[in-house]
Amino acid sequence: MEKKVKLMQGNEACVEGAIAAGMRFFAGYPITPSTEIAEFSAQKLPRVGGKFIQMEDEIASMAAIIGASLTGLKSMTATSGPGFSLKQENIGYASIAEVPCVIVNVQRGGPSTGLPTSPAQGDVMQARWGTHGDHPIIALTPSSVRETFDLTVKAFNLSERYRVPVVLLLDEVIAHMREKIEIPSKDEIEIINRKKPKVNIEDYKPYETDDSDLVPAMASYGEGYRFHVTGLVHDETGFPSNSPVVAEKLIRRLIDKIEVNKEDIILYEEYNLEDAEIAIVAYGSTARSAKSAIDMARDEGIKVGLFRPITIWPAADKIIEKLSKRVKTIIVVEMNLGQYVYEIERIASKNCSIKSYGRVNGELITPDEILDKIKEV
Amino acid sequence: MSSELIKKYFRYNRLPHIWCPGCGHGIILRSVVEAIDELGYSKDEVCVVSGIGCSSRAPGYLDFNTLHTTHGRALAFATGIKMANPNLKVIVITGDGDCTAIGGNHLIHAARRNIDITTIVFNNNIYGMTGGQYSPTTPQGEKGTTAPYGNIDKNFDLCELAKAAGATYVGRSTAYHAKLINKLVKAGMQNKGFSFIETVSVCPTYYGRKNKKGNAVNMMKFLKDNAVNVKAARALNDEQLKGKFLIGELYKSVEPEYTDEYKKIINSFQKER
Ligand SMILES: Cc1ncc(C[n+]2csc(CCOP(=O)(O)OP(=O)(O)O)c2C)c(N)n1
Ligand code: SF4
Repeated sequence: MEKKVKLMQGNEACVEGAIAAGMRFFAGYPITPSTEIAEFSAQKLPRVGGKFIQMEDEIASMAAIIGASLTGLKSMTATSGPGFSLKQENIGYASIAEVPCVIVNVQRGGPSTGLPTSPAQGDVMQARWGTHGDHPIIALTPSSVRETFDLTVKAFNLSERYRVPVVLLLDEVIAHMREKIEIPSKDEIEIINRKKPKVNIEDYKPYETDDSDLVPAMASYGEGYRFHVTGLVHDETGFPSNSPVVAEKLIRRLIDKIEVNKEDIILYEEYNLEDAEIAIVAYGSTARSAKSAIDMARDEGIKVGLFRPITIWPAADKIIEKLSKRVKTIIVVEMNLGQYVYEIERIASKNCSIKSYGRVNGELITPDEILDKIKEV
Repeated sequence: MSSELIKKYFRYNRLPHIWCPGCGHGIILRSVVEAIDELGYSKDEVCVVSGIGCSSRAPGYLDFNTLHTTHGRALAFATGIKMANPNLKVIVITGDGDCTAIGGNHLIHAARRNIDITTIVFNNNIYGMTGGQYSPTTPQGEKGTTAPYGNIDKNFDLCELAKAAGATYVGRSTAYHAKLINKLVKAGMQNKGFSFIETVSVCPTYYGRKNKKGNAVNMMKFLKDNAVNVKAARALNDEQLKGKFLIGELYKSVEPEYTDEYKKIINSFQKER
């Protein structure tokens, strides 16, 4: 693939990124504002030998991508609010069965059918805790069209690397915004594929981990390794077990495989933070308004900077903790009534004061509003 | 014969199974495996998918590519598998509740697409795993733990449902008519498209006990006495068929298969390149 410059929507960049990362299966059900991801996938996948299917609902779409991933194809689905809620049971399945897959959630106003075409960032907690039980998850949040491309590639790489469902948490603004972007050429894009088993067929245990990364090697259906996959707690052979020892060991490993690899997983951006006394924490489209607000505040001599989580889950706890020791106040700005602020409070409240600024009327948070908030503290 | 089959196709170290004494599910599973054996498919090309329920535990005992999914969703997982690798012979094993209550939507849409999956429903007319609640196939008037005064829901005719939704092969047998299961599964797997095979099972533990159907033997006898082969049924009048149910090959047709049709789209671009 040649390097090319294009005017592109966030949703389209997501599909371009997915195909560049090796996506060859997409299953979905239309819902605003994610629909274009399904439409572009339907258009583009057969051209590269991949497959698209419009399933009967979001539950089925999530199920289908798990089936396809277990059969060897890199798989993705995309949805918004209500559809994301429907997917949750099977996202838990992907977590416990360790099936790589990417779930795009273009957030819209909620709860329920809420505000279908308006931006919101109300699914931050659902992305982390939506499915039942303790489970691993990674969630990434882009702030631009180009970054949507890059993070979709990254989402596939992380899901393949750690055998974990990865949520790409967009907001409507980024999904529908058009920007000029340069799509990198093939050799500029790093692609990671799942670890394949090296042992004989008879010796293959689908959930055995020898490596310190805690990630088992993964065969595909039809390759000759006949293995069993279940959503029940299972031992290294993949078969169900009721043993408390097995249960504890499995669930802890699932959590730990993300914990021990955090350095590789966590991405963030810092803007004007070196000498800052106030830090804004903002992500997605809100971070763009925050940057403008910071520029305006700096013009007035206020020492303020931005911390933008790109990997929103797991949180960059060590880095945020350090930051909280340097600044007097952290203001968390988000298009909800306070969700990520809980995480920041957990990490930082012993070191600095924490303020929350949010809104839920379906409109963007403007730089002026953020500037006012900065001036208040 | 039976022990040979167990050696060849069952995960010996996963036995004994969880099913109660007298449960019909084991008999059905044996016939399914026999059919696969007679078709001569290699163990690597067969993929068996199930949902959640007593019946859905079956794949865990079988030495194929196997997947035990979430309740009701087996067909949706199986659709992903079949799309990803159309060379796999995909079988779904499911219960009446799994397939037609929580999974009803997936059933009608898999049938509508005519995707090449063979679905085998172990229909015991009850929710076995959760302890005897009424299901979409519990006959009206009969009891379940959640229908203590008799079930007022109208029950589904599973085969009619599958046929109306677009399945291109539909058949029904019972745990008593094991030879017929074998025949239907073989034909279903050879059908290029969505095949639906209902196997009437027995659950003496819940359905039997709740509805005073006697022990497992009595329940099997009921199947023997009340099932009428479609061919034989043609010679009988309405009076003679009252209270009976039909078994055998109920419907067959030829329609384009889903993964084949998708392949045509992919191929059209390969020519272009
Ligand atoms: C989402 C969800 N709802 C409910 C259940 C509980 N549940 C487990 S098995 C089952 C019914 C199984 O009945 P059936 O499919 O008829 O199979 P059988 O056990 O009778 O063979 C139910 C309701 C579940 N596991 N998941
Ligand atoms: S509860 Fe019923 S269906 Fe389940 S194993 Fe026992 S007899 Fe079979």
